[in-house]
Amino acid sequence: MEVPKLSRPRLSPPRPVVPRIAVPRLPMRPEDIVRNRIDRAPLPLLAGGLPWASIMLTAMVSFSPIIASAPVLPPLAFIMFLSWRILRPGLLPIWAGLPLGLFDDLYSGQPFGSGIVLWSLALLAMEVIDERFLWRGFLQDWLAASSLIAAYILLAASFAGLAAGYPLPLASGPQLLISIALFPVMTSMVAWLDRVRLIPLRRL
Amino acid sequence: MARWQDRRPGFSRRAQYGIFRGYVVAVVGIAAGAVLLIVSLTNPGAFGFARAIAGEAAHPAGQAGAEARAGSQTVIAAIAAYFNAGRQNAALRREVAAARANALGMQAVRQENQRLKALIRIIDPAAPPITSARLIGSTASSTRRFAVLSVGTRSGVRAGQPVRAAAGLIGRVIEAGPNTARVLMVTDPDNVVPVRRASDGLPAFVQGRADGRIDIRLINMGINPVRKGDVFVTSGSGGIYPPGIPVAIATDVRREGAGGRLASDPADADFVLVLPMFQPAAVAALAESEQRAAPSAEIAN
Repeated sequence: MEVPKLSRPRLSPPRPVVPRIAVPRLPMRPEDIVRNRIDRAPLPLLAGGLPWASIMLTAMVSFSPIIASAPVLPPLAFIMFLSWRILRPGLLPIWAGLPLGLFDDLYSGQPFGSGIVLWSLALLAMEVIDERFLWRGFLQDWLAASSLIAAYILLAASFAGLAAGYPLPLASGPQLLISIALFPVMTSMVAWLDRVRLIPLRRL
Repeated sequence: MARWQDRRPGFSRRAQYGIFRGYVVAVVGIAAGAVLLIVSLTNPGAFGFARAIAGEAAHPAGQAGAEARAGSQTVIAAIAAYFNAGRQNAALRREVAAARANALGMQAVRQENQRLKALIRIIDPAAPPITSARLIGSTASSTRRFAVLSVGTRSGVRAGQPVRAAAGLIGRVIEAGPNTARVLMVTDPDNVVPVRRASDGLPAFVQGRADGRIDIRLINMGINPVRKGDVFVTSGSGGIYPPGIPVAIATDVRREGAGGRLASDPADADFVLVLPMFQPAAVAALAESEQRAAPSAEIAN
């Protein structure tokens, strides 16, 4: 007896045809870079160390081509630090502000110690925000980060003002606005770094 | 976003203590940071050694950055030139015609210039510059204005030496490591430069405002004789800066002085000269007498 040929049910739905954009896109998932196999895992050094390395490299931005005669750059290292904390809570330990703030102090030109205090306080403040506001969307995160960044810039400028005996410069205003506007950009950069961090490169 | 983890790790004492220890380290860190902050506010040079080590570590990156800065300027200029190519072409043709006529005259003038320069010795043979260097970094996000030089004590750079670019004064060295040095820029509020008006010697001070501009403050109060566009040069008083280096140009005249901008923007200063201190003996004597008077000053602060 002839059995009617049954069409085999497809295991996965057909992939929707997405129009290809000419711009080379960053792979959305770690699996797109390296095939995700059961015998592979992220490198522990990369997975644990990339947040620290990225924040420290951003702290060294003062050695970039820009020689500024006014404080025009936002505090990039601090924003990066906040982005990591917000995107991946628990990845940076609660005491991470101590070493990272110290490193930032070496390059930022602030009076030594201001970074240690402010970065550690920012982590504790995020801890409180996590306790108080459990369910947050990106907008709330942005709001929280904006208030922390504003507090950071004003306090850092007043510490520097204490050292130099001079009131807050007007340039802090534009710097603050740029910093707040830059937070989503920084977050997306951190999200990309997070994907890089989790590429399964280690063979088990 | 949901809560990221349960902070009650069950009955594991080890995990509980681990969380507790984290908070203890964080709070101790804040306290230690506050102590460091107070120390560095009362004694700004206290952690210079740490910054010098950090500067040395970042030296190669800064060198590369300085070269990239010179490169990127030409890239932007090339793109800008593309947009007004037509207009530029016509202007250049006219210019070339005029320049051909000038060229012969210029040759004679150049020879004369060389002879005159040799005669007046622009670089004072008694006080030649200590070294030339690149600016390899600056504190771009802090309100304190420091720049980092690509040379240090190995090339003879010491704290207190003035730094100038071709167009004018940049600042003075405040800390020097073996291969890097930190420069307090003129725009830092801590840097007060004694100046005089180039045209008639009207004495004044230039003080930084930390936002890239500067204040010009007159010594003699009364009617403010400063006009917009006046150029101020160092006067040599104070003993640190040699006289005659352009510092500032007055832009907005106010009742008690003027606001101004720098004669040389550090952003496009490619190479800078480190000069010897103008009157090192006088500065040392001044510092010594200040130190003798220091106990009373400490109380006053």
